[in-house]
Order: sequence, then C-alpha cells, then structure tokens
Amino acid sequence: MATTTGVLARPTSYSGVWSWLTTVDHKRIGVLYGATAFIFLLIAGLEAGVLRAQLARPNSTIVDGQTFNAMFTMHATTMIFMAIMPMSVAFFNFVVPLAIGARDVAFPRLNAFSYWVFLFGALLMHTSFLVGQIPDAGWFSYANLTSRTFSPEAGLDFWAIGLLVMGASSVAGALNFTVTIINMRAPGMSLWRMPVFIWMTLLTSILLVLAFPVITVGLIELTMDRNFGTNFFNTSAGGDPVLWQHLFWVFGHPEVYILILPAMGIVSEILPTFSKKPLFGYPVVIFSGIVIAIMGWAVWSHHMFTVGLGPVANSVFTITTMLIAVPTGVKIFNWIGTMWGGSLEFKTPMLFAIGFIALFIVGGLSGVSHAVSPSDFQQQDTYYIVAHIHYVLFGGSIFGIFAGIYYWFPKLTNRMLGEGLGKWHFWLMFIGMNITFFPMHFAGLDGMPRRIYTYPVGYGWEVYNLLSSLGYVLLFVGFVMFVHNIFHSLKKGQVAGHDPWDAPTLEWSISSPPPEYNFAEIPHVRGLDHYWIVKREARAAGQPVPGPEPHAAPGSVHMPSPSYWPLVTAFGVVWIGGGMLIDVGWDYIKFPISFVGGLIAFIGVVGWANEPASAPDAHHGGHEAGHGAAH
Amino acid sequence: MAHAETAHHAEATTTGLNHRKLLMWIFLGSDCMLFGALIATYMVYRGQSIVGPYPVDILNIPVTTISTFVLLCSSFAMVQALAATNRNNQRGIKIWLLATALLGFTFLGFQVYEFYTFSVVEGLFIGTNLFGSTFFTLTGFHGAHVTLGVVWLVSLFIVAFKGRLGPSTALDVELAGLYWHFVDIVWIVIFTLVYLIGGYDAGPVAAGVLTGPIPSVLPV
Ligand SMILES: [Cu+2]
Repeated sequence: MATTTGVLARPTSYSGVWSWLTTVDHKRIGVLYGATAFIFLLIAGLEAGVLRAQLARPNSTIVDGQTFNAMFTMHATTMIFMAIMPMSVAFFNFVVPLAIGARDVAFPRLNAFSYWVFLFGALLMHTSFLVGQIPDAGWFSYANLTSRTFSPEAGLDFWAIGLLVMGASSVAGALNFTVTIINMRAPGMSLWRMPVFIWMTLLTSILLVLAFPVITVGLIELTMDRNFGTNFFNTSAGGDPVLWQHLFWVFGHPEVYILILPAMGIVSEILPTFSKKPLFGYPVVIFSGIVIAIMGWAVWSHHMFTVGLGPVANSVFTITTMLIAVPTGVKIFNWIGTMWGGSLEFKTPMLFAIGFIALFIVGGLSGVSHAVSPSDFQQQDTYYIVAHIHYVLFGGSIFGIFAGIYYWFPKLTNRMLGEGLGKWHFWLMFIGMNITFFPMHFAGLDGMPRRIYTYPVGYGWEVYNLLSSLGYVLLFVGFVMFVHNIFHSLKKGQVAGHDPWDAPTLEWSISSPPPEYNFAEIPHVRGLDHYWIVKREARAAGQPVPGPEPHAAPGSVHMPSPSYWPLVTAFGVVWIGGGMLIDVGWDYIKFPISFVGGLIAFIGVVGWANEPASAPDAHHGGHEAGHGAAH
Repeated sequence: MAHAETAHHAEATTTGLNHRKLLMWIFLGSDCMLFGALIATYMVYRGQSIVGPYPVDILNIPVTTISTFVLLCSSFAMVQALAATNRNNQRGIKIWLLATALLGFTFLGFQVYEFYTFSVVEGLFIGTNLFGSTFFTLTGFHGAHVTLGVVWLVSLFIVAFKGRLGPSTALDVELAGLYWHFVDIVWIVIFTLVYLIGGYDAGPVAAGVLTGPIPSVLPV
C-alpha cells in the first residue's frame, strides 16, 4: 500500500539528509525550526549592524538612504516573522508533546508541511536580495507608500507574497498545536494541570489562527492594488490608506502577544524550577494570559493615535490599552512572588528569565506612557518607540527564548550548555542591550525621528547614537559566544542526564534525548508539577528518586512514518506565490507559472491523502530521534 | 495516539472530539476572520465609488436570488449525503454527493455569468472603481471557496464510486459538509449585505456619504 501511493518508495530511513527532508517527528521538526530561525536571527542582527554603523556618527555616508530603508525593513520583518515567531514554534514543537505526555502532535505531516512552507516562504522573500529589489517600506508598510507609483520596484511584492506564504505556514502550525493541546493530553492532565508554557502556546495558537486571516486580506488587497489595478488604497479613486492601517494593526497588536506570550510561558517554567517552589498564583497567571489574549483585540488603534481618528476613538483606545497593562503587571508580580522566599539557583536559564522580567518591566512602562494618547503625540515615530519595541521584543521575547534554549538544550542533546560561557553571554547581552536601547529613549524624547538614515550635528543626538552603536558591539560579541557555546557543548558539554534541573514537568521524566516515541508508557498525570509530586513522594518514602523511563522494546510502539508529501505540497504552494513574482516583462506569464505550482500542490495533497499515516510494514520504535538531532 | 492521522481508527482523545473535526472547526473560525475582513472592506467602501457603474446600475437581484436558492438546495443535498453515508445507503451516497457538487457547480455557473455581464457587457472591471475592486474580490474569494468545495465533493464522489464510503468513514463526508455549509452561510451574509441591503447604492453623493460637492483634489 505504502509503496503504491507515490513515485518513490516511502522513506524508511532515520538518518541522513533524506530522513530530515521526510521527517514527521515533532522533535526533529523543532530542531529544523530552531536552526532555521536562528540563522535568520543572525541575518537580521547583521542588518541591524548596518543600521548602527550608519547612525553611529552624524552625516554618515556608509550607506545611502535607499539601502538604509531596505535594511530596517528587512531587519524588522526578518526578526518578527522569520526569527522570533519560528523560534517560538521550535519550542512549541519540541516541548508541547513532551510536556503533555503525548507521542507526537495531532497531525505530524501537517507539522512538517508548516515547516517547509515557512522555509520556502522565507527564502522566497530573501530572493529579493538577489534581484536587488529589497522591500523598503518598513515592517508595517503603510499605504500609499506601497503603491506602484511610490514603490515601482518589486520589493513590496516579495514582501507581501512572502508574508502571505509564511502566514499560511503559521496558521497550519497553530491549528495543529491547538488540536494537539486540546486533544492529546495524557490522562489526568486537566486544563488546570497544564504547565504554563502549554497554556501560553494554546493562547498564542488561537491568536495566530484568528489574527493572520486579517493581515492576509490586507496583503491580498495590497498585492492586487500593485498588480491588478484595484483601488483599495488608491486615494484618487476614493480608497483610504487608513484601511490598511486598521487591517494591519487588527492583526499587528495580537501579533505582539504572539511574540511575547511564548516567552512568558518559558519564563513561567524556568522561575519555579530554579526557585525550588511552585509558580506563585498559577490560576492567576493563566487568567491573566486569557484576559490579555481577549483584550489584545481591542487596543489596535493605539498605533494610530496621530492619524486623526478623533477624540472618542483615541480616548477609548487609551483606556483599553491602559487596562491591558493590568494583567501584564499581575504576571510580573506572580513571577516576583515565585522567587520570593525561594532558594534561588542562578544558572544561566534563570539569569535570562530574571533579565526578561527586568527588561520587560522597562518596556511595559514605556508602553503605558504611549498608551496615553496625548503623550503618544510626542512619541509617535520617534526613537522612543524604537526603544520600547526593543525592550519588549529583545529584552522580552529574545531573552525568554535564550532562557528556553539554555533550559531545554540538555533535554534535546543530553549535554549541558557551558555555564561559564553562558554567564558571559548573559551579562554581555544584558549590558549590551541596555547600552544599545536605553539611550534611544532620550534620543526619541529629544525629537529624533525613527527611520531617518542620517542626522546633522547639533541636535544633541550624537552621544545617544554612539552609545547605541557601541552597545551593538557588546551584543555581537555575546552572540558569538553563544554560537561558540552551542558548538562546543554539542561535542564536549557535560553530560546532562534526564533531569539536570530537578524540574517539575513531564518531559524531564524520560531519557535525554527522548526516544522517538517520547513515552514508552503514557504517564498518568497526578497534578500540576506532576514530576515534582513523584519525586517528592519517593524522597519522603526514603526511596531513591526514579531514573528515566526505560526504553520500549524495539517495534513495540507504532509511530507515524516519514513522508515526502509534505515537502512536495509545500514546494507547490510556495511556487504559486513565486510564480506571481516572475517578471519577464509580460504579466500574463505569471498565471501559467503559478498554475504549475498549484498542480504540484494538488499532486502533493492527493499523494498525502492516499498515504496512511503509518506504513503498515515499517519498522517502528527503538530508534532514537534525538541522536540525529544532537550529533 | 500514535495513530494521530489515521482517520479510520477509533482513537481516544482528551475531549472525545475527533482530531480532524476539531481542526475543521478551528479552521472555519479562522476562515470567518478572512471573510470578516473582506466583508468589512466592502462595507467601509460602500457608496464611496467616485465613478460608476454603481451597484444600483448593474446588480441583478432576481437572478442572484435564484443562484442563492441553488446554493441553499446544495446544503440540503449535503445533509442527505451525510445521512445516506451514516445509513450505508450506497446509492444515496453517490446521488446526493453528485447532486451537491452539481448544484455547487451551477452556482459557479451563475457567478461566471454574473462576472461576464458585469464586466464585458456593463463595463465594471476590478479596477474601474471601489465597487468593482471590493465586489470582485469578495465574491471572487467566495467563488474560490465554492470551487474548492466542488473539487472536494467530486473527490468524495470518486471514493464513493469505489464503494469506500460508509458509516465507518462518515467523518470524511461530515468534514466536507461542515466546510460546505460554512461556505453557504457566508454567501447568505454576502447576499444580504451586498445585494439586499447594498444593492441600491449609487455614487457617494447620492448615498449621502459625502455631502456637498466632491472635493476638488479628486480627479474628475
Ligand atoms: Cu499594539
């Protein structure tokens, strides 16, 4: 059966390149997401380097305005859609099934499909560099700068279609994780026994599923305006550029929570572990997350206070925005309460988690200051906003992600990341981050607009900018140390064992790296912090703490088989988008070329639908996915 | 749970809901937001076109009422197809699936006719004015959804012809039905807003949206 559904025999190998191309194992897909996103993080970081080099001194001519525009546009777009989001998805993939006691996600092939669409979509957007027409209208690409008249080159088509493609990937992934978390929890794991990270993943996924269609419509309207002569944002035909702003920010504000909630989840796992006491006020943290996810839909116009929506709209959105700061503040008190009176262990994950809290407080406070619309009139489009967004997304999301990498790396590889290098990394990042971004508050309040590619002497912005650029150097060194730490620890790191942190959640009860099937026997969850309960009882009874769960007999656990159909389908889907970008001087060639992509995707879907999830004749169990991941 | 994707297994899930059914429901929620944004765009630009043709000039409400009725009938046929699948009525499965697909196809035929008369005959193209842009985009996206649904139904019909549909595979039909009914409901909303309520819209002045003369910055 399995061999008759495709041209090629169904892949059965679990090592080598082919095994990575056809994998449906959530842990391997998590590694693919993480590695890809990290490369894009470095690219975006280098783009920021160009910006900081140019702005270090006044009247600088290192790059021209056009290059500067392209660099800040791609820096932000890459950071948000190709680094932080997929990095969070890497954690969803690796951690969620392990922490809810499942053997995989609900739809393993859909999961692989999401990754390949993301990868191809990101590459598609970056081909704009090859043709020298790089997106250059900012990460929110306001109309009508984006019209053909003002942006005649193809850069914005690459931007819009690249984002459409990656949006499809995000929605597919989010659907998968929503179903997985709702439907695949181990027996005994009620909603109120789910680790906070799982809760935040669920909320993030729901936000993704509902927010992305809105930006999809905006991007489609933009693409049609640019390519098919529609009038959505064409003022001369009565179109309204403010519609783009509404569509963008109705998506854009929930997107902010899509970027930060996973990091909040990670931090909520790490703080209790390294404080040796349960999370303070677990239900309150969860409720705060739910409130944020709901209220996040009612604040979008705080990005538009200076557009002229009128006093009523500005007042309403001021109030809702100040209200949403309440559940966020509540979480911060919960985290502090968790550490209060705990026996704190300042390992690297904990340092990054505490750094997250400190920096997020600064970002949250500046956020409240531009929630007040009269105050925002002063801050709109200045470096004050740039400072704010980097405190919440760099100090927040990226610090949370690094905390998570240090925390779960031992589970993935059975090696510890070096503590010494880790501490250097943390302090360089923490100090570098503050030197880079704190002066931006002052530059902004002194009137420095964002997005300018150079500035004259005499406005008093020189010192702030020089400091920011010097801070970048520290961040750069910090990143180099981190990369070195990863490669060094993979080979020579201290062996971690299954539970190096004495952690409370299920994933630490199995061996490191986890076997392909995760759990030989699906655990029965006895409460929040299940593994702590188990260990505490063993200690109380004077027994040794149980070791990792023994591996299953080879072949005894039936797992989904590898498949190449997700790769084929993803390739077809992205080709549809790529076809729309073909420019050979004759527009109608786009349709047949896109149609070929549609055909490939259709063949992929048919092959996929006719292929059983697990090949009946395949050998199962016994091989360990983590080995491939680690070495 | 290792058989996550295997449709024909009775699987234990935390909630008791089937994975694929849950996925479909959440996806429909997502699709609601897509149509919500498209419809919002249409409503924001209602009566804002500077040049004609306007809805009042070209919308043919009687004809579209017929095509709406056809689509409603297809939802009835879909219900029958699922009922026949659950009763293992092999002849009924094929007849009702084919009927659903054909009715959907007829609806698409009406849409092609509508697009053709609006554009070639009446001169409303996608770039003519805001009405053209919003109308063709909104109804075009709905038409694309119907087309996908017809392809899905025809695929099911082929499976049914091989005798592979029955009570144990009723979920395959049910999922297509969920999608089909959703697309149908979206059309009811579009028909109400665009045709029944907005069908008499004219230009900006007549609709009372702009009072006074059209600002002179706009090209005449
Ligand atoms: Cu916002």
